[in-house]
Amino acid sequence: MSEVAVDGNAMAGDLGEIFAVDVTAAVATCAGCGRAGVVAELRLWVRAPGIVARCPSCGDVVLRLVRAPDRVFLDLRGATRLELRVPSP
Amino acid sequence: MNIISPGFGGRRRSSRADLPPGQYLTHDFPVLSAGPTPRIPLDRWRFTVTNESGTKQTWNWPEFQALPYEDVTVDIHCVTKWSKLGTSWRGVSLDTLLADTDTAADYAMVHAYGGYTTNLPLEDLLDGKAWIAYRYDGEDLHPEHGGPARMLVPHLYFWKSAKWVNGVEMLIADEPGFWESAGYHNYGDPWREQRYQGD
Amino acid sequence: MARAAVSGRLTWRVATLAEARWETATARTLVLDLPDWPGHLPGQHVDVRLTAPDGYRAQRSYSIASAWSGGGPVELTVQRLEDGEVSTYLTDVYAVGAPVELRGPVGGWFVWRAAQPAPVLLVAGGSGIVPLMAMIRARGAVRGRQPFRLVYSVRTPDDAYYAGELARRVRDDPGLDVHYIYTRRTPEDWPEPPKRISVATVNTHGWPPDFGPACFVCGPTGFVETTADILVALGHDPRRIRTERFGGTS
Repeated sequence: MSEVAVDGNAMAGDLGEIFAVDVTAAVATCAGCGRAGVVAELRLWVRAPGIVARCPSCGDVVLRLVRAPDRVFLDLRGATRLELRVPSP
Repeated sequence: MNIISPGFGGRRRSSRADLPPGQYLTHDFPVLSAGPTPRIPLDRWRFTVTNESGTKQTWNWPEFQALPYEDVTVDIHCVTKWSKLGTSWRGVSLDTLLADTDTAADYAMVHAYGGYTTNLPLEDLLDGKAWIAYRYDGEDLHPEHGGPARMLVPHLYFWKSAKWVNGVEMLIADEPGFWESAGYHNYGDPWREQRYQGD
Repeated sequence: MARAAVSGRLTWRVATLAEARWETATARTLVLDLPDWPGHLPGQHVDVRLTAPDGYRAQRSYSIASAWSGGGPVELTVQRLEDGEVSTYLTDVYAVGAPVELRGPVGGWFVWRAAQPAPVLLVAGGSGIVPLMAMIRARGAVRGRQPFRLVYSVRTPDDAYYAGELARRVRDDPGLDVHYIYTRRTPEDWPEPPKRISVATVNTHGWPPDFGPACFVCGPTGFVETTADILVALGHDPRRIRTERFGGTS
């Protein structure tokens, strides 16, 4: 099968180059259908010019990541909100 | 950090002087996709040209197959660095499809089943530079490669050759499509290595 | 240690192959020396990057198979895939003493934390056993008391990773149970024909939902989706089910 849909766990490394905290456990709210779920559960298409992460419920694109040699583009317009846990003081 | 993995050659490929900068020649045909492969029954397939006023011209599959077609052999260049030379396609020229389109627009947005989009100047679709291709290498175009039909505009990086194409929309003002809005170059000329925004 | 394992900007580091061993005819465990490794939680993975002399690069993710006890090498188990550009290098070519670039540890969601008291259900499909084995090893290293049940689906007995070690751990630790599912060929004395994972199997060999287990499911996408559906159908809380899908090619 040429479609290799993995999940958001597979982008932990690429997101780890941008964010100082792990983002796979963050809850993303889909701008399309409103489903809130962890980034780790997004359906990832990695065989593309960039990474495309889709909502497991409605299939809309939640997040896109493009890696240039010296830049990373992270497009989050498909997520209305990202919620991350931070340690309480 | 520049360490080499001893004994690693990767997939069979070579770089050559006649390829655009940064490209490698590949002998297979990699399949890249931003989402699930749409499955479009031919009796539901439509191709629609929409002008800037919203006027539509639509062809169904039998009508499309009845249009004059061309057999072309072209080189294709993917922004992920693979190039494939001498690929053979059959398709309908955009010159044919846009012959009766009344437009003053300078830009176009290509639409596809599944929601993918890509934008380009209208002139880059005309004068023998683009086709809606429905056969590759002597066979019906496979779904994984964009079948029933895909855009073929080989002078630009291959992300502009939208798979599962279902229409072209004329735009008065340019708007970025799927990869262009995600960081890829708005135009995408492989010979000037226009891969990313700002290149 | 938990904070160090999941935060901090990531960069590529160079590991050296200290030793290697075959788990099956096509799965190879790489024992990697990684100076200054910050430690990792069981379930996390690393990205491995290969570079050819002409600069061409290929990168894949591999789950960490070993538990971290404060020092020592980090182990990955790599399944050789027929068309695999990276996996075939790591199984067929990569030699002891050679370097490889690695980024990690990454992944803070698909992890088991020893401080959690709940019983644990692990469901592995094929190479999906790797991160779950790290969890079993971590529990063993801290002498965890939480009961663990593993349901491990493989094609044939020859495809099971860590078979000897799992048998030894089950023998020595009453809190660990392992049930195998064979989908193509069973061992000689197996009481049933080959079959795929089913509601009945998970019902019998998993935990009842009202025990509130933490469920970890890992393997090919289809296997994970089927198993997650089974768990939900049996009444498990979807929020207690954590999944990791492996792509099947290259």
